[in-house]
Amino acid sequence: MNDMHAASTSAPLLTLDKVTFRHRGQTLLQNISLTLSSQGSTIVMGPNGAGKSLLMRICHGLLTPTSGRLHWHDTGGRPPRQAMVFQRPVMLRRSAIANVTYALAVQGTCWRDRKPLAREALERFGLTDVAHRPARVLSGGEQQRLALARAWALRPAVLFLDEPTSALDPAAIKAVEDAVTDFGRVGTRIIMNTHDISQAKRLGDDVLFLCQGRVVEHNNAESFFLAPRTRDASAFVRGELVW
Amino acid sequence: MLSEDNAFITALQLILSLDQTLVGIVSLSMQVSLTAVLIASVLGLPLGAAVALWRFPGRGLVIVVLNAFMGLPPVVAGLVVYLLLSRAGPLGELGLLFTPSAMVIAQVLLILPIIAALTRQHTEERWEEYREQLTSFRVSRLRSIPTLLWDARFALMTVILAGFGRASAEVGAVMIVGGNIDGVTRVMTTAIVLETNKGDLPLALGLGLILLLLVALINAGAFLISEEAKRRLG
Repeated sequence: MNDMHAASTSAPLLTLDKVTFRHRGQTLLQNISLTLSSQGSTIVMGPNGAGKSLLMRICHGLLTPTSGRLHWHDTGGRPPRQAMVFQRPVMLRRSAIANVTYALAVQGTCWRDRKPLAREALERFGLTDVAHRPARVLSGGEQQRLALARAWALRPAVLFLDEPTSALDPAAIKAVEDAVTDFGRVGTRIIMNTHDISQAKRLGDDVLFLCQGRVVEHNNAESFFLAPRTRDASAFVRGELVW
Repeated sequence: MLSEDNAFITALQLILSLDQTLVGIVSLSMQVSLTAVLIASVLGLPLGAAVALWRFPGRGLVIVVLNAFMGLPPVVAGLVVYLLLSRAGPLGELGLLFTPSAMVIAQVLLILPIIAALTRQHTEERWEEYREQLTSFRVSRLRSIPTLLWDARFALMTVILAGFGRASAEVGAVMIVGGNIDGVTRVMTTAIVLETNKGDLPLALGLGLILLLLVALINAGAFLISEEAKRRLG
């Protein structure tokens, strides 16, 4: 861990302090300390089993670290409004639009506003035509766009994306990437993990490189891909296997 | 003594002419079993979902007991309710024994475990699938109950139909707590037993046909629901 504060030119958003996660006697994340700035998009990279998804789930609050703590700066320690898009979108057994209004409802949006907000989000992601189709019969690409539309409707300050394009065809990948860019444009903080280096180059402002449950390098994207500071990261960027 | 052929024709005539006795028995059967299913569903659906959602000490035991009680013999359910409601029993004051209410209670006891146990299975499958997403939405466990029940709605309709099938077809429990009193607690199954014993085959057969038809309708309903679910929900 050679740099805790790389790419943090703006105010800090989230600080992880010695976060460790153990499961069934195995240490899956070890002593992770880092600070994410409040702007831009962070790409989490690393080989399989490095703990990327786990780290995102801890940041998002789906899992509680075994030790260590998280601190959200802007909101006085309380997590800001956030959403997560998963590798395989989880669609409720209802229509596409009902999936969005449900998310709004549980977030406490007044019932009069739910339909208009949902329609706007669906339109933005080109899903108006399928609004009343059951969400689970949509194609993989449409489902992932619906997951993004659902997240969009929630107006999150922070959006986590866990390998959102790994199961999609090129056109659908393009649509997801455009959506991520749109989120960034309205000021949503993006934290995304991917295996696709060119995608990381297109979307990332900074890169968090994990290996075997540790942060190996945290650097701005340009430097990371041109001149990685660590041996593991440079092997990874060159496409060599890292263990 | 009627031959069986004649009995069958007379049975059909009874059904087609909407024979007063027959209609009375069928409608009481429906009232008792539908009420029992309604009560058992109101209790059993949220109970099953709650057991699926919460981890608590003794949860395994609750699941085993619910599953075991799915096979509760109707006569045992009847006996338990009889003991509770008999004059000397703890609820004897209510004077419910040998009334339709007692029959509803016995049938609730019979089908509540079926509805709760099967609801638990179905909602637990949904919960495994939805947990991360619902946690991401910051949905509380309590708020997740209606979500899971709604998203398992097609499976649960089949569960409720299974409960109704069991309630309307059982004879042991309603016989014991209802007493098969003519015009008061006589339902299809107890009437079939009595009329067969008496040798009045047309009424027994007529009721048997209706019961059979009912069971067939329930199964057809369950089939159509699951087909519809496959078509609509993928």
